[in-house]
Amino acid sequence: MITFLSSMPGAVAQGIIWGIMAMGVYLTYKILDVADLTVDGTFGTGGAVLVVCVTSGMNIALAMVCAFLAGCLAGFVTGILHTQFGIPAILAGILTQLALYSVNLRVMGGSANMPLTVTKYTLLVSLRDIKMTILIGAIFVFIIIGILYWFFGTELGHSLRATGCNESMARANGINTNMNKVIGIVISNGIVGLSGALLAQYQGFSDVNMGRGAIVIGLAAVIIGQVAFGKIFKNFAMRLLSAVLGGVIYYIVITLVLRMGLNANDLKMFSALVVAVFLALPYWKRKRDEKKIKPVKEEA
Amino acid sequence: MLEIKNVYKTFNAGTINEKRALNGLNLKLNEEDFVTVIGGNGAGKSTMLNMIAGVYPVDSGSIFVDGVDVTRLSEHKRAKYLGRVFQDPMMGTAADMWIEENLALASRRGQSRTLRWALNNQERKEFKVQLAELGLGLEDRLSTKVGLLSGGQRQALTLLMATLKRPKLLLLDEHTAALDPKTAETVLGLSDKFIEEEHLTAMMVTHNMRDAIAHGNRLIMMNDGKVILDISGEEKKKLTVEDLLQAFNKISGSEFANDRVLLSK
Repeated sequence: MITFLSSMPGAVAQGIIWGIMAMGVYLTYKILDVADLTVDGTFGTGGAVLVVCVTSGMNIALAMVCAFLAGCLAGFVTGILHTQFGIPAILAGILTQLALYSVNLRVMGGSANMPLTVTKYTLLVSLRDIKMTILIGAIFVFIIIGILYWFFGTELGHSLRATGCNESMARANGINTNMNKVIGIVISNGIVGLSGALLAQYQGFSDVNMGRGAIVIGLAAVIIGQVAFGKIFKNFAMRLLSAVLGGVIYYIVITLVLRMGLNANDLKMFSALVVAVFLALPYWKRKRDEKKIKPVKEEA
Repeated sequence: MLEIKNVYKTFNAGTINEKRALNGLNLKLNEEDFVTVIGGNGAGKSTMLNMIAGVYPVDSGSIFVDGVDVTRLSEHKRAKYLGRVFQDPMMGTAADMWIEENLALASRRGQSRTLRWALNNQERKEFKVQLAELGLGLEDRLSTKVGLLSGGQRQALTLLMATLKRPKLLLLDEHTAALDPKTAETVLGLSDKFIEEEHLTAMMVTHNMRDAIAHGNRLIMMNDGKVILDISGEEKKKLTVEDLLQAFNKISGSEFANDRVLLSK
């Protein structure tokens, strides 16, 4: 129990970093109504770009900007594949994700991982200072929520929401739905790139596989957040926050099951199961409600 | 205001399901024309409206709206000129967004979407006044999700949205077909009101012959992707359902074999 409690801050820190990624997933999955699988690659790209930038002597803030832009670029590719090449969104994301594996290797000069020593460089977050990580992570969360809250309150942001909600209506009202999808996927992947950059600093290295299964973790965070806070958080900003909190809950649960003896190798299977169950719950609930319909009683 | 010149459209060309939907369609609408469009299933009524709106491209021919050749413009670019209400009440509004948000989106039809705030208090006040005109009590529900409204309410809202920014041409595609008779009556009444007050040019596809006769200043009948009858002015005012059926049989040489049309006379 003591070891579990002592591992709590680490779980929260990691949860916040992945929660930032979950906000990116929220944009595509909830607002654009597209499951964008690019993020598995983009997360690693963010990490790789940051490590390469920092180790080559770049300022950490600038390196973060580069990671963000690299993520945006990856999203742009998926957006173009989807809207200009006519490839279904899921497949477009898978194609970009696959290509990014090679890209990420190239970025890291051909090696599968690259160290980033906190003692040598000035970093924003690190395993060595978990309190700081939580604080910096929280600041990132609030800044991103603030910007997104503003953006989705603008004319362009509104038109993005309409695009995800009803394309026919959007086009009938003069909204360029293709352009909006690209914009949405770009912003989403930019945020994912940022969170990948944060995780690379936190763990002290970037790895070509660090984004594997990111979409599942992102979805888990979004869904857990929705189940846990959906009833109380109605406001858009609070919904984004609930995705982040979902990420934190997810990592606390993961830490717990690992302490209870789950083999770390089985973690991905566990994640997939959690997401499958949470995605199925609303469907099962509806099925159960349908069964409850009683036949009309014959009047005597 | 609208000119359709020799437009052809074939769906699934070269396959067993080939369907020639528009077959050399010609039509010219004058300013402030309110045209009702009737015809059997597959006559090309909805296809004509979708072609005007740019939902899919024409095979050949051209379409002019207010003197502008829109034949090659994409759907969202043509939206600048057009107000549209669809048959499906779900199609014209964004269900997850509030009433005021839907109206704000519609009020910027044809403008580029900037990073300015999407709606302000001045607009909210105007929306309230405009919603009150619908007579459905929506003016007190600005921040209600549209998905919570009934089909009739959504259709009335779509109508308001389509005319919020004055369209060069209002396209009503069987917009009351999915509503119960009483609600349909209300929405039709609102359509009449908007078209008359704003002096709009409008086209209304309907399956109901009585509605087609009772509304508008001009009536066209379509068959096999062409206009086969075009009646306006005094002649239209005297028109009866029997006249229409007879005219159809004479011109097309076949029975007006459509239950929905016959039933709704």
